Amino acid sequence: MAKEIYSMYPRVKYLRKEALPTALCPGCGGGTVLNAFANAVDQLKIDPRDLVVVSGIGCSAWIASPYFLADTLHTTHGRAIAFATGVKVGLPDKKVVVISGDGDLASIGGNHLIHAARRNIDITVILVNNFIYGMTGGQVAPTTPFGARTTTSPYRNIEHPLQISETVAAAGASYVARWTTAHVYQLIESIKKALTVKGFSLVEVISQCPVQFGRRNRMKEPADMLRWFLKDSVPISKARNMSPEELEGKFVIGELVNRERPEFTEELNKLIDDVQEHFGLREE
Amino acid sequence: MIIRGDEPEQIRLLRKPYKKGNYFMQGNEAVAYGALFAGCRFYAGYPITPSSEIAETMAKELPKLGGYYLQMEDEIASIAAMVGASWTGFKVMTATAGPGFSLMQENLGYAVMTETPLVLVDVQRSGPSTGQATKGAQGDFFQARWGTHGDHPIIAVSPTSVEDSFWETVRAFNIAEKLRTPVVVLFDGISAHARERIRIPDPEEVEVTYRKLPANEEEAKLPFGDPHGDGVSPMPLFGHGHFTHVTGSTHKENGLRDVYTPEVHDRLVRRIHRKIEQNKHVYEKYDEHFTDDAEILVISWGVSARPSLGAVLNAREEGIKVGLFVPKTVHPFPGERVRELSKKARAILVPEMNLGQLILEVQRFVNDDVLLKGVNKVGGVPLTVEEILREIRGVA
Repeated sequence: MAKEIYSMYPRVKYLRKEALPTALCPGCGGGTVLNAFANAVDQLKIDPRDLVVVSGIGCSAWIASPYFLADTLHTTHGRAIAFATGVKVGLPDKKVVVISGDGDLASIGGNHLIHAARRNIDITVILVNNFIYGMTGGQVAPTTPFGARTTTSPYRNIEHPLQISETVAAAGASYVARWTTAHVYQLIESIKKALTVKGFSLVEVISQCPVQFGRRNRMKEPADMLRWFLKDSVPISKARNMSPEELEGKFVIGELVNRERPEFTEELNKLIDDVQEHFGLREE
Repeated sequence: MIIRGDEPEQIRLLRKPYKKGNYFMQGNEAVAYGALFAGCRFYAGYPITPSSEIAETMAKELPKLGGYYLQMEDEIASIAAMVGASWTGFKVMTATAGPGFSLMQENLGYAVMTETPLVLVDVQRSGPSTGQATKGAQGDFFQARWGTHGDHPIIAVSPTSVEDSFWETVRAFNIAEKLRTPVVVLFDGISAHARERIRIPDPEEVEVTYRKLPANEEEAKLPFGDPHGDGVSPMPLFGHGHFTHVTGSTHKENGLRDVYTPEVHDRLVRRIHRKIEQNKHVYEKYDEHFTDDAEILVISWGVSARPSLGAVLNAREEGIKVGLFVPKTVHPFPGERVRELSKKARAILVPEMNLGQLILEVQRFVNDDVLLKGVNKVGGVPLTVEEILREIRGVA
């Protein structure tokens, strides 16, 4: 199996051969995300030696770590962005990317997510939102749709899902976009932009988990879930003219934010220059 | 960007703002300067009494040396950022107090498992919980040892005064770098806020070491191997094209996860332990006063070691044959030396600002026929010479 993937997949040079095949379930959206990311890196001609990929815990954390062949840091649950902050300060000239899931980044890691956006540190976050805790057995997540069934909301979910992209946009990120795994080409373009933008960037990918989410919500086949994404996606331009009631349960897709703000590591280095200049400490 | 902190230009740079000589400063400031002299150029932290002056001093001084101060959103983020920065080559530090130390424990375990050098200063305050937030204590002795989960070794050093805190912080960095491991500095709110005279040395006088880097691509491919037989793997840094994979899960020598093979876990965890055990010479340190002929032994650590010395000096004047043993590295505990000393002693007193923690370590190495007694005080006020002296007289 591994050998077959290795000889057939054109972006295989970006993968860690000895870690294949992946641990992802058949039909998982994670493969699409990995493929989109590899294509974005390829199209931008980024040398993987200039990449550090950080991830947390959960299925989606596995997408790039260990499979992507770069320096990879697989961290504790929820803390990937905080780890990545230290990496970025140490290597301001490298691309630092966080790929992880909604449970990891937006639930236990929610605090780090909004504060990294506030700081506007030049990290690209690819947040894979599959509405559920997949690896622990399909428990309710902060992104689980209202009324949906999971192993810990067996009757129905009575909590409202967190709008991750909107929250991060409000917190001050430079670039925020949301796509689904049914919008692969748009997703690649958005990841490319996110990697290019200076400042904090988030690409939220609505992704299918047929095994844990779909199965319990009348979408057993991966294609059922993709059809759902296509049916309920609303482009942001259209969504602006829609009422909150009309948007209930829809996926607003597209670029939410694309703006310039002072970036954290640049400001940090400027500050050091100023201080050294002020105290006459500059080494010439 | 200079990140290693041991280059000649760094020494020249340190000389400019910090002239050697006597200064009057707080323990917390001394810890910060110790870190700067040891080459720390990255600090990530979250304010908490009584440790905040360490962060404040680092915020003020780090930029002068081209270093980075980050105030993170919480303690968990602080130690996480440190680990990230350490893998890019920085010497890193954070400081906190009991509650923050609790929050850092999970990622402290991550640092142990991924063999990431870092220095974590715990300025102990009175607990449990919020306790007396502004008061000092010595209640985190075992939190440092057993706070994080799993089978893990840990190294913790404990300074006894303001001046000592400068040098113990330097030592903590050197141990962390030599053994590629986190090191805890168990400081306390009393020494942290005390102001004393301290001599700031010339940077040349300070021993500064840097972690072992891979000698070749082969070593870089095995970031968790043991090519030199000392248990310490050379550390390939991020950003150098080694494609290093780091995970807190059980991993093979090449860094790749393998949580299914019992031998892999056994091999990894045993090596991490062995690394600490077989390199005792790197970290073991204790002070002894009048132990040659001591019939009564006082064993004390950190802030309690000074009143203990005062009491021992006074008792000696009264003709009592009493000696003092102060472990400076408290974990791993220098038990063998305590065992030797206890053979000649008929009574051992253990003064500490808690209801009995170090005494449990001492107990493991002492025979039943020795009278072992704690001198314990809680409430945020340090032990006095008189209080300890009274106990010495009581067993004399």
